[in-house]
Amino acid sequence: MEAVPKIKFKPRPAAARPKESLRIEPRSVSVLLPPARRFADPAFRALVLLCAISLLAVVALIILELVWHSQMSIHSFGFRFFIDSAWDPVGGNFGALPFIYGTLVSSFLALVIAVPLAVGVALFTTEVCPRGLRGTLSFMVELLAAIPSVIYGLWGIFVLAPLLRNYVEPWLARTLGWTGLFEGAPYGIGMLAAGVILAIMIIPIVASITREVVMAVPHQQREAVLALGATRWEVMRTGVLRNARAGIAGGIILGLGRALGETMAVTMVIGNTPQIAHSLFAPGSTLASVIANEFTEATGDLYLSALVEIGLALFIITLIVNVLARLLVWSVTRGVPERAIA
Amino acid sequence: MISAATSLRRQLANAVALSATAIAAVLVVLPLVTIFGYLVYKGIGAINWDLLTKIPQPVGEAGGGLANGIWGSGLILLVASAIGIPLGIGSGVFLAEYGRTGYGNIVRFTADVLNGVPSIVIGTTVYALVVVTQKHFSLLAGGIALGIMMVPTVTRSTEEMLRMVPQSVREAALGLGIPYWRTTVSVVLRSAASGIITGIMLAFARVAGETAPLLFTAFGNQFWNFKLNQPTAALPLQIFNYAISPFDEWHRQAWAGALVLIVLIVGTVSVVRLFANRGLRKGHA
Repeated sequence: MEAVPKIKFKPRPAAARPKESLRIEPRSVSVLLPPARRFADPAFRALVLLCAISLLAVVALIILELVWHSQMSIHSFGFRFFIDSAWDPVGGNFGALPFIYGTLVSSFLALVIAVPLAVGVALFTTEVCPRGLRGTLSFMVELLAAIPSVIYGLWGIFVLAPLLRNYVEPWLARTLGWTGLFEGAPYGIGMLAAGVILAIMIIPIVASITREVVMAVPHQQREAVLALGATRWEVMRTGVLRNARAGIAGGIILGLGRALGETMAVTMVIGNTPQIAHSLFAPGSTLASVIANEFTEATGDLYLSALVEIGLALFIITLIVNVLARLLVWSVTRGVPERAIA
Repeated sequence: MISAATSLRRQLANAVALSATAIAAVLVVLPLVTIFGYLVYKGIGAINWDLLTKIPQPVGEAGGGLANGIWGSGLILLVASAIGIPLGIGSGVFLAEYGRTGYGNIVRFTADVLNGVPSIVIGTTVYALVVVTQKHFSLLAGGIALGIMMVPTVTRSTEEMLRMVPQSVREAALGLGIPYWRTTVSVVLRSAASGIITGIMLAFARVAGETAPLLFTAFGNQFWNFKLNQPTAALPLQIFNYAISPFDEWHRQAWAGALVLIVLIVGTVSVVRLFANRGLRKGHA
């Protein structure tokens, strides 16, 4: 027989009451019910458990499917797949290096552009701007997150790319051409365009997490620094940013996770050329964009298998990046009441 | 003793830093404004009755519309909701009511993992599992792909909302002799309903614009399709195909389609936000 849970009826002040003390185990309650109703609770529990299990099953299926279908490519190329820069569907020779390079460079570029802007806008909304503007501004940043990838791509092709081609890239070539990063013909379409589009797309993620963790910093921290005669910037720097940096790092990595896996907008502006070029003006290709472009056209099992292996690599990279980010964000916001974050 | 010069330098640093955050805010809002500006500027002229009621014309002929894509998207989202919402709510209930154990943490972690899986990878998986088995690109496959993407968002928001229902409400219901499942369904879920609906709408808005998982599942179609096992047009797919095409007429329609899509999505998000704000104010006053 199961132990009957202890239910204390002694009134206690709400604040001192431990959250879990009055939990009633559904199974033990149903013992008291008439037989017809006794099975309803276990059945309900089984139903929701089934939903939760199906969630696990979906992820398991994704992993299994990726591993299973990439077998042929893994066996044919081994580790060489990731360091070989040849992508030759006709000759049946596949190496993913150009795509790994494209993914890393475009995402890194996105972070370089997005992080200062996102942290800046988050600080502006929480610490600087007048209260009345706060809601509107954070709503606008949230709206950026609501715009679908394909619309970013559309805007990238018809607005951003001409802008880069006619004004930004010639200017970069004149002033920073000596670095070697900005040379060659300014197409507009290319790695730089992909980086800029990705930056705009990850700003809302980095900004909203930064806002969360900054708001989770206790007010006493600000007041203490302020009491020492600090300026507002010094309060932000020493009182706020220093306390929130682990969380901000988490937000940045979460943004990175999004950038690594982003497909449509990048596919539309990066130029889709499997090459490693040192200039940011040159077209490139990413792990996600090559799948989007070639998956339905892949002829032959090995070709398809190589594309699935790229998917597997993408899955593993984003998994590691996301887990890292979650851990960092949790380490900061843990223990802070929901309301302070919301 | 702080000298006047140091003080001046600190004042200057303060002014520079504060204006830098303001400039960052302007630079972040700028793309938003230009995106919406261009959508309206380019899209509004191309929106007409034909666009919303006719299917695409053959290449090179003027006119035609995106009606099959709008309907197709609607049907795909219907299938996605039929899969994603019950699964998400069920898992959320499990996490909130039974999930205080190690198993709960496994499910929570898995939901986060699924949330981070790139949408294109979900597309390839559904291709292998559904499309290859069915030997067809299909509406069903597209719906399944988007449904899977809805699950983690709905799960986590349902869990959060159920957690906010005070324990005393559960106790009150149980004290009346109501079975636990009935308490959960009729009392706990109902009192958290507005929050859960908010979560569902956000998940819906998120997948409504998704294109990548539809590329090799729903695939697209130049004609009407209402069958579950046939390739189906979807608005985001049409925008993509038209945007990368070389035809001016298609570019025009891509902008118009994008305007329709963004109005639907931003409309949803704004309604949700209004809803959620009011709920928060009421609940936490």
